[in-house]
Amino acid sequence: MKGRLTRGAAAIVGVAESDLGEVGAGMSVIDLMGQGVAGALEDCGLSLSDVDGVFAAAGQSRMPSVALCEYLGVRPRHHDSTMQGGSSFMTHVAHAQAAIEAGLCEVAVVAYGSTQRTAGRKNVAPREFNPYETPFKPVLQASAYGLAASRHFHEFGTTREQLAEIAVAARQWALKNPKAWEHDPLTVQDVLAARMVSHPLTVRDCCLVTDGGGALVVTSAERARSLRKPPAFVLGTGEGISHLTISNMPDLTVTAARESGAQAYAMAGLGPRDIDVVEVYDAFTITTLLFLEDLGFCPKGEGGRFVQDGAIAPGGRLPVNTNGGGLSYGHPGMYGVFVLIEAVRQLRGECGARQVPRCETAIAHGNGGALSAQSTVILGSAATV
Amino acid sequence: MTANESPLAQYEAFLARGKLAYQVDAHDRPVFFPRVLAPANRDGPLTWRVSAGLGTVYATTFITPKDGPAYNVALIDMDEGYRLMSRVEGIPAEQVRIGMRVRARVRPADGDNGPCPVFDPLEDAR
Repeated sequence: MKGRLTRGAAAIVGVAESDLGEVGAGMSVIDLMGQGVAGALEDCGLSLSDVDGVFAAAGQSRMPSVALCEYLGVRPRHHDSTMQGGSSFMTHVAHAQAAIEAGLCEVAVVAYGSTQRTAGRKNVAPREFNPYETPFKPVLQASAYGLAASRHFHEFGTTREQLAEIAVAARQWALKNPKAWEHDPLTVQDVLAARMVSHPLTVRDCCLVTDGGGALVVTSAERARSLRKPPAFVLGTGEGISHLTISNMPDLTVTAARESGAQAYAMAGLGPRDIDVVEVYDAFTITTLLFLEDLGFCPKGEGGRFVQDGAIAPGGRLPVNTNGGGLSYGHPGMYGVFVLIEAVRQLRGECGARQVPRCETAIAHGNGGALSAQSTVILGSAATV
Repeated sequence: MTANESPLAQYEAFLARGKLAYQVDAHDRPVFFPRVLAPANRDGPLTWRVSAGLGTVYATTFITPKDGPAYNVALIDMDEGYRLMSRVEGIPAEQVRIGMRVRARVRPADGDNGPCPVFDPLEDAR
């Protein structure tokens, strides 16, 4: 056993979103996955008859890969419903690459769907009862991230204004993305004055609640080169898990993105300075800040100062969450697939007004749970392989 | 055959007697939440200890419901070396501070919730 995936041996060759925002009445999670799969296959010029690997995760489906196979009418050689919240899809990419390298499949689809907005969040996402947390009525996940923010404020002097800059930057990117849910400008003052959800996080520090889905097509590097669009080669992957519940997170200012990022950088032979565009799962403003630190874009504790003065907004020093993120583009509950979709589109140069110039490398980082399950994918253009 | 008593049932039995309890491993190192085996960084078997109930606020947030007063949610680092989620009561929710010294008190079972530990600031912290 090699013990590690091979840099550049697989690529994401097709990406697509399903309907987003508020989907039509009766649209199911698997309908949205189906739209995503159809779009992603069309994107790369493959068809369902080519698909021999199916990966899916969803908060509203107990056996999503099985449900999706039934819906698509496929009997793939390999399928996988790995569920670790919003980072599931980064891990699916790694698992798909592992399966491709092991010869278990050659063309894998990775899919997600959610109707949490139209169905009502309370109907679709029942929280597991935890006798050591639930009695205290935390508003999960916002309170978990509020606790993490309180600790970051305490240890490093980070401020609510600095977190608000992250929301403002996301909004400025979203204004350049026709598919984004939010269309109106946002100021730091707007963020600070918004309804408090769980201190210090206002509703504008929190991800949106929308419907939506999407899909990726992952295949071998060899097959990728013969397809319609420039492949986004998988240069590195990594995973890290430190806890499930916030009360069991060892240090609320340090996430396992440190481990997942370090693994991905090592496999890619790259470091933070080599990354052209940063796409991280921004469930909350504090999430972006923690990942900028833990993925090495600034030292631990410096995240607040790092994001000031529009540094991660359009025209800033580091392009972060260029689609507008979970904060302003859309957030159906497990946002990771959209992080990957945007990273691929940036590498292809498809992003129009929000396109990052000379974009050859992208980091796509996923977060699951209460800063719990971290999964990183580094992607690169053909020039980087 | 008698069913094994769950870790939660044992924990709640201590609470029902007004005591906050936690587990320790073979070297007296604390484990929380209660479980059936020692986790990887501890050595079994686990046994129960009653906590002195003193701790320090590690992290804090508060929630203001539309239909009620603000309440606190905090993570408390207990002096015995374990951490738990709870609530600091007795002062306004927004005045709970990281580093504040607190003392546990058992809140009796209420509706669907079993008994649980809540915290009050120590006098000198007010």
